[in-house]
Amino acid sequence: MAEHHAHDHEGYWKATLGLVRNILIVWFVVSYGLGIILAPALNGIKIGGYPLGFWFAQQGSIYVFVALIFIYAKLMGKIDEKFDVHED
Amino acid sequence: MSLQTITYIIVGLTFALYIGIAIWARAGSTKEFYVAGGGVHPVLNGMATGADWMSAASFISMAGLIAAMGYGGGLFLMGWTGGYVLLAMLLAPYLRKFGKFTVPQFFGSRYYSQGASTVAVLCLLMASVTYIIGQMTGVGVAFSRFLGVSNTMGIIVGMAIVFVYAVFGGMKGITYTQVAQYCVLIIAYTVPAIFISLHLTGNPLPQLGLGSDLVGTTTPLLEKLDQISMELGFAQYTTTPRLSYFNMFVYTVSLMIGTAGLPHVIVRFFTVPKVKDARSSAGWALVFIALLYTTAPAVAAMAKINLLKTIHPGIMQGSDVFAPEAQIKYDERPDWMKRWEVTGLLKFNDKNGDGRIQYYNDKNKTFAEKAKAAGWAGNELSVNRDIMVLANPEIAMLPNWVIALVAAGGLAAALSTAAGLLLAISSAISHDLLKEKFMPDLSEKGELLAGKIAMACSIMVAGYLGLNPPDFAAGTVAIAFGLAASSIFPALMMGIFSKTMNKQGAIAGMLAGIGVTMLYVFAHKGIFFIKGTSFLGLFGGKPNFFFGIEPNAFGAIGAVVNFIVAFAVKNMTAPVPDEIAQLVEAVRIPKGSKEIGGAH
Repeated sequence: MAEHHAHDHEGYWKATLGLVRNILIVWFVVSYGLGIILAPALNGIKIGGYPLGFWFAQQGSIYVFVALIFIYAKLMGKIDEKFDVHED
Repeated sequence: MSLQTITYIIVGLTFALYIGIAIWARAGSTKEFYVAGGGVHPVLNGMATGADWMSAASFISMAGLIAAMGYGGGLFLMGWTGGYVLLAMLLAPYLRKFGKFTVPQFFGSRYYSQGASTVAVLCLLMASVTYIIGQMTGVGVAFSRFLGVSNTMGIIVGMAIVFVYAVFGGMKGITYTQVAQYCVLIIAYTVPAIFISLHLTGNPLPQLGLGSDLVGTTTPLLEKLDQISMELGFAQYTTTPRLSYFNMFVYTVSLMIGTAGLPHVIVRFFTVPKVKDARSSAGWALVFIALLYTTAPAVAAMAKINLLKTIHPGIMQGSDVFAPEAQIKYDERPDWMKRWEVTGLLKFNDKNGDGRIQYYNDKNKTFAEKAKAAGWAGNELSVNRDIMVLANPEIAMLPNWVIALVAAGGLAAALSTAAGLLLAISSAISHDLLKEKFMPDLSEKGELLAGKIAMACSIMVAGYLGLNPPDFAAGTVAIAFGLAASSIFPALMMGIFSKTMNKQGAIAGMLAGIGVTMLYVFAHKGIFFIKGTSFLGLFGGKPNFFFGIEPNAFGAIGAVVNFIVAFAVKNMTAPVPDEIAQLVEAVRIPKGSKEIGGAH
């Protein structure tokens, strides 16, 4: 435990929570926002043969979820290194 | 070669493969039995997680439900994938750092009490057993069709095979077997989808085919589907939410946080070497899951078109659906209908005695009147939604080997998940309950034996209830997610993100959350899903009485109750000990997961 106190745990946790919050905002907007709440309005717009709200609910949100996890993993890795808490 | 022979050969070959792998990677110790020795590559772990996760509900049942629900079916797609974002960010890395084998162990340490661990075990058992009921429903569908027997017989055969299979290997065997099962199930799912997409739209990618024009026309597939659905009295396909937008929202929340609270998925992230790997492993799992989940909407819409087209052959050309000659004669029905009639999951009842099949929505009042005028006496074809995916290649008249492949895929999906769940159940009972609480002197051998007995009992219970399932496979599974969402997820979250949450708060929260959820579900579906014991009358007799939310979606409300009760109780009881606050601090930092790893 002793060596851990040398690090800025508070700063690390704050940076982590900030990243998590940003990702959660995108996650919410894409699925619940565009896929459900705004879907009726978006359905007037067509991309290809897809009504847009339908597309977000059945395709688009899934692609965004995949991207979000990898973006999170990458940025989190950077935060780990910045605060020197990464594993070797 | 006949379809039956080809099916036996393909299913036989895949089973031989799984058994071969299970023998090759047989578990030697309890550590290997539970976490596969802790050295699985993140991409392979992702594939195994995908197979573990994608159950009979995803493979067999989901597309059928989407076909019936249309746009509203998106709640399954978003709910069962969006939870991985939560899992990757909020739970997986911290639980990996914590370094325990099972979720109840985490509760035992973080909430410094065996009581918290025991409550977690009970919640976990409730959710997992419900989940297995859903699997058994799916296994029954797959085996009854595959062996040409009744649905009941299918479930009994399935119970026997799942038992032999799960008891064999433990986690190590299961991880590598599941990689093979993932390959089988994803090929089995996408190959027919590609064929059908090519056939209907000329586009080989189902994800794009769903948004393309029908072959030889300038009409988008989805627009045509909207139109022909309404011609038969069904709701417009691309715009109809599930009951209401609010219900759909709550349902999606319930599935997402349930995903992040299901122990058999969480435990996968203990099997990678580092915290870093736990984060990206969730991403890899979702990549492999997304392959199936983005194909499913195409399978759903295309299956629906093909089904309507089979029964009402003129419907695509826009001929009058009420014309006397517009429906197929029962005597001239295609072979696939005959094959599914044997299972009892497809039924024809010639209500108006004209020898033709009328398939339409007789619940739609205005449409029913028009139908009556045309001499129709009600919908005559009942199609169990769970057969849609398995019947799909037959409906589209694909080659026999494709049909056989789908049967193999369905069995792979159901078996892999049932095995993963049984493992979670057996470790909860043998390790977390017996070894930790009641019989600390239990030997490794005794522990394994107790685990296997627990597996056998849960298969019996699940099989029995699977004969009288509370819902379609995917619906039953959704209930299991609701139970996990209302109990495990909030307590895990608070354990990591709140340094002040104490044991009293966590225990009270879990009990209140799962209690409220079970009350609502049982009021609709019967006490422990036993037919005839529902008690809606107590609440005024109206289904979905709480703001129109259906029981399958109620886990999200249970989770809110959990959080509220937990914080209220915490504020009234003794604060957490200092060493627990320090423990939480340490869990948040990735460094040093190796030293903590592999407790006990």
